[in-house]
Amino acid sequence: MTAFPRTPVLYLLLAIAAGLAAGPVRAQSAVADGQKLAFDRGKGNCLTCHVIKGGDLPGTIGPELKDIKSKYPDRNELVAIIFDETKRNPQTMMPPFGRNRILTEQEISAIVDFLQTL
Amino acid sequence: MKARFFLLLGSVSAALVAFALTSPRVIAADKVDPAADAKAFQDFFFQKFPTVKHDDFVNGPYSMNEDMKRQWQEKEEFPPYEFALDAGKEMFATPFKNGKTYADCFPNGGIGIRQNYPYFDEKEGKVVTLELALNRCREANGEAPYSYVKDEMASLTAYMAFTSRGKPMDIKIPDDPRALAAFENGKRYFYTRRGQMNFSCASCHVQSPGERIRAEILAPALGILNAMPIYRSEWSGMGTTSRRFVTCNSQTRAVPLEPQADEYRDVEYFLSYVANGLPISGPGARP
Ligand code: HEC
Ligand code: HEC
Repeated sequence: MTAFPRTPVLYLLLAIAAGLAAGPVRAQSAVADGQKLAFDRGKGNCLTCHVIKGGDLPGTIGPELKDIKSKYPDRNELVAIIFDETKRNPQTMMPPFGRNRILTEQEISAIVDFLQTL
Repeated sequence: MKARFFLLLGSVSAALVAFALTSPRVIAADKVDPAADAKAFQDFFFQKFPTVKHDDFVNGPYSMNEDMKRQWQEKEEFPPYEFALDAGKEMFATPFKNGKTYADCFPNGGIGIRQNYPYFDEKEGKVVTLELALNRCREANGEAPYSYVKDEMASLTAYMAFTSRGKPMDIKIPDDPRALAAFENGKRYFYTRRGQMNFSCASCHVQSPGERIRAEILAPALGILNAMPIYRSEWSGMGTTSRRFVTCNSQTRAVPLEPQADEYRDVEYFLSYVANGLPISGPGARP
């Protein structure tokens, strides 16, 4: 509910940030990069466990990744889940991508950009 | 790590405590109790999958998925492991250069004994697997040992498993502190997370059997060795228990051990003991 009115502000902030860096092209490419990282078997390999729109041969160990923005309006929550989900759930199967350095901070950030489009 | 380990073992520990409290024998609270562990382990799977017939767990991924099971049953008319079985039978009957045969190394001439492996050797103080015993037999007769992960070893174990098909797994733990320690060590290895992905064997085969990991359906840990060795299309050939352990470790970016390293022998002891009573189904075929 609260996510909705906040969305335009987020966009605005994103647009400003993007504008400061390299123009709107960058935000676009972060999403594309994020998708690539998420699907890449040597990197995120998120499809091993999650159904994700646009990905082939998904596994069923984790929940389908969809409506992410309404479920996790705060991107920091998503960063935290990818960085080390064992903090939230010690028994989870999800690998601690940040803690175990499977993904860098920038890579996690790009994946979060992509997740927010789902 | 410890806390997580015990969380996962929750049901097993609870059963252990319950057993300790109700057992007529006086046992210390921390005593290793394989029989109670095995019961808790089996009950966990029986309760998690109430519609799977108990003897069916030995069919790995096929026990978890009806469609796959049907395809597999059709394939069983011309099983892809047949060539290995024939080769193994012939190898088994062919004398070594010194005139002896494999039959001379094993109880009952090696026929119908797969369900007793691995066993704890009280002289050596360690677990002896069937693969290890086969290579020791070769070396004792002046022959070079086979690779633990390749076709010859798979053929021999395929034949020996086949002669035991349907016999219930029957692993003994002698009253020897070293045997209990081996069991406990195997259990610890099985439940400990490792590698960059932070998986334990249990993450995949206790927490997630029946789930798809990419395109593969995960086999349940209960009876997971009863079908070994297995043919896999992905391997375009046969694989031994050693090969499967090494593959599961390396595919999850954990450092694999040497085949037949003490810890792998102990894991095999643990997994086989908790499958006691379930039939040998090997050799198996996987998609
Ligand atoms: C080996 C399995 C596995 C892999 C690989 C994996 N996850 Fe997960 N993920 C899970 C499981 C299981 C959950 C369920 C929550 C839990 O276990 O704590 C989950 C939960 C999530 C959630 C929360 C979803 C919700 O609806 O609450 C997000 C977001 C997520 N994963 C993103 C990712 C991303 C992005 C990647 C790749 C970089 C990834 N996961 C890779 C197993 C995995
Ligand atoms: C991240 C997942 C994962 C982990 C961790 C894992 N495995 Fe596996 N394992 C698999 C997959 C996938 C297969 C092939 C499909 C199947 O049969 O389960 C498999 C198959 C097996 C099989 C053959 C089962 C059969 O009937 O085909 C055995 C035995 C086995 N694993 C043992 C182990 C042991 C022991 C460990 C720990 C050292 C382990 N696995 C860790 C994923 C895993």
